[in-house]
Amino acid sequence: MSSMIKISIVAALFATVATAGTLDDVKKAGVLKCGVSTGLPGFAEADKKGNWKGLDVDYCKAMAAVVLGDSTKVKYVPLNAKERFTALQSGEIDVLARNTTWTNTRDTTLGLNFAGVNYYDGQGFMVPKKLGVKSAKELDGATLCIQAGTTTEMNLADYFKTNGMKYKAITFDTNEQVDKAFFSGRCDILTTDQSGLYAARTKASDPSNYVILPEIISKEPLGPVVRQGDDQWFNIAKWTLNALITAEEKGVTSKNVDEMAKSSKDPEIQRLLGAEGTMGKNVGVDADAYKKAIKQVGNYGEIFERNVGVNTPLKIKRGLNQIWSKGGMLYSPPFR
Amino acid sequence: MVYDLKSAKEPPLKERGAIAWIRHNLLSTPLNIILTLVSIWLLYIILPPLFNWFVLDANFAGTTKAECTNDGACWVFINQKLKLFIYGFYPESELWRANLAILLSGLAIFLVASEKTSVKIKATALLILPTISTILLIGGFLGLEHVATDRWGGLLLTLIISFVGIIASFPLGLLFALGRQSKMPIVKTLSVFYIELIRGVPLITLLFMASVVLPLFFPDGVDFNKLMRALIAITLFQAAYVAENIRGGLQAIPKGQYEASSALGLTYWKQMRLVILPQAIKVAIPNLVGSFIALFMDTSLVMIIGLYDVLSTVTLASSDRDWLGLGTEGFVFVAIIYWVFNFAMSRYSVKLEKKLDTNRRD
Repeated sequence: MSSMIKISIVAALFATVATAGTLDDVKKAGVLKCGVSTGLPGFAEADKKGNWKGLDVDYCKAMAAVVLGDSTKVKYVPLNAKERFTALQSGEIDVLARNTTWTNTRDTTLGLNFAGVNYYDGQGFMVPKKLGVKSAKELDGATLCIQAGTTTEMNLADYFKTNGMKYKAITFDTNEQVDKAFFSGRCDILTTDQSGLYAARTKASDPSNYVILPEIISKEPLGPVVRQGDDQWFNIAKWTLNALITAEEKGVTSKNVDEMAKSSKDPEIQRLLGAEGTMGKNVGVDADAYKKAIKQVGNYGEIFERNVGVNTPLKIKRGLNQIWSKGGMLYSPPFR
Repeated sequence: MVYDLKSAKEPPLKERGAIAWIRHNLLSTPLNIILTLVSIWLLYIILPPLFNWFVLDANFAGTTKAECTNDGACWVFINQKLKLFIYGFYPESELWRANLAILLSGLAIFLVASEKTSVKIKATALLILPTISTILLIGGFLGLEHVATDRWGGLLLTLIISFVGIIASFPLGLLFALGRQSKMPIVKTLSVFYIELIRGVPLITLLFMASVVLPLFFPDGVDFNKLMRALIAITLFQAAYVAENIRGGLQAIPKGQYEASSALGLTYWKQMRLVILPQAIKVAIPNLVGSFIALFMDTSLVMIIGLYDVLSTVTLASSDRDWLGLGTEGFVFVAIIYWVFNFAMSRYSVKLEKKLDTNRRD
């Protein structure tokens, strides 16, 4: 991670000041260039026909629907962790939706703006059920499988030090190797971001033999990123995400959106769907831009359930990624 | 009295056929006996589980991961994702174009490799067929849908990159090799500088420079094709190695050949074309093919700049939420693909060496 930040900082020094007018460029090109992961289960993956799908991919689609009125007008640019920020700075992509953790350094020194959080992640632990461990506090003296060169290592050291426990770490180069080592019994515990743990669990011959412990030892808010210096574009990115969250909060789904736009009495829904007010015009897109996004992609809840929810192989519960009114962290400022 | 010619007795059983072969090759000394036994034991513990995994316990039929109920390999995964592995994101309705392009380029290779075609046909094939393939792949005319290069992927992309890398780097490398041997100081210095600079950095660095650093120097909005950048980086890289391989060949040519051809009054280029290079390249063939095989495998490095060659499509496919945990099958599949192509190249080079071997060196 740290070497990646260094590279990005150097790159940032070279980067030209972001030009305003990304919106016009995208409209002229007729396609939104969206940076995604090179492959992360549930977030960005390709089906057998080579179509992209996933939580981050759906954000790209929603933004394309808002800006261009068509969620299919996206050019996906797969990026690895090292080149993602330079790709954004150099204008190779218009928006980055690549499970990127929002941190102070990235936000303030790389010439970037985080448009919000589309997934609250955090580092957790997975153990075989037969160990009978109920809490991470019982892990003194355990052997852990981790991936080398990630923030995981540092978080782990901090956590065990704080709690006065000892551990032995076995590091591996890639995710695949870490998972293989864990399931073949080389270590007692697997630790990585929780979404990664859920993905890893599906690789077990019997997933029900493994439990994910409740403790989260780090904050990893993942969100879409845009270039600094183009406030209009930043606003579009921010309010696309907010629209998806508000839609879920207000019960607007891809199925009932047309009906809601016509018959809903709630003025906020009216404003969200462009039946009233100037929410679209304020950022230079169509009045019913958010409606199109909700209709074509769905609200946040639909996106979540479709890609990572309990009915997918990943089986991730909403947890922190639930609407605030239902006990989660998702909270959109009002459409007013 | 009639003497019948007695037919010769056959050699004793011990000295004939399979038994003799086994006695002489496997059981000739106590050490050999031990080695044979150890080998048989190793094969015994390795082969059956491997065979079980590959064939007996493997799953062949079905369309989802859930149908892979046996313990062995889940070949359903490969079957379902085959299009992604071979063509990447190339649109499904346009796959015939990709097939035709591969076929035409294959034909070009065949014509060049064939002994019956003349040099003129070889050169024409090498120039025209790949050009047609490229135009066909890109499209955008005569009602053919335009397919941007970022949708090319899989084995198709691996083949394109290796093909271009091998074909384009050869003439460039040849020039640098001659440049390095040249008596003209500027040409020589430039060639040495270029070769040593490129050989001094890993390919991954060049790719990274081409993909990440170059765009920062372009004006905003100029989007220089990513595949093009990778192709240029790979060609420049490979050219330096080709140059060094050919230089090795040039140095193996006795000085007398240079002097004799000069004495005949041949110009520099004629001298090179007719006398020196045919001999030098012949000597360099094993090394050249070695470096081409290395290039074929190095193409997988384009993964770091977000291009999906055959290896990275496998990584991508195994991170599909519906097919998690099937990386092993994917990697085995890719290994087989790489092996087939590399083995073919290596056999061709052996054939070529034999064909060109006119030296009476003993």
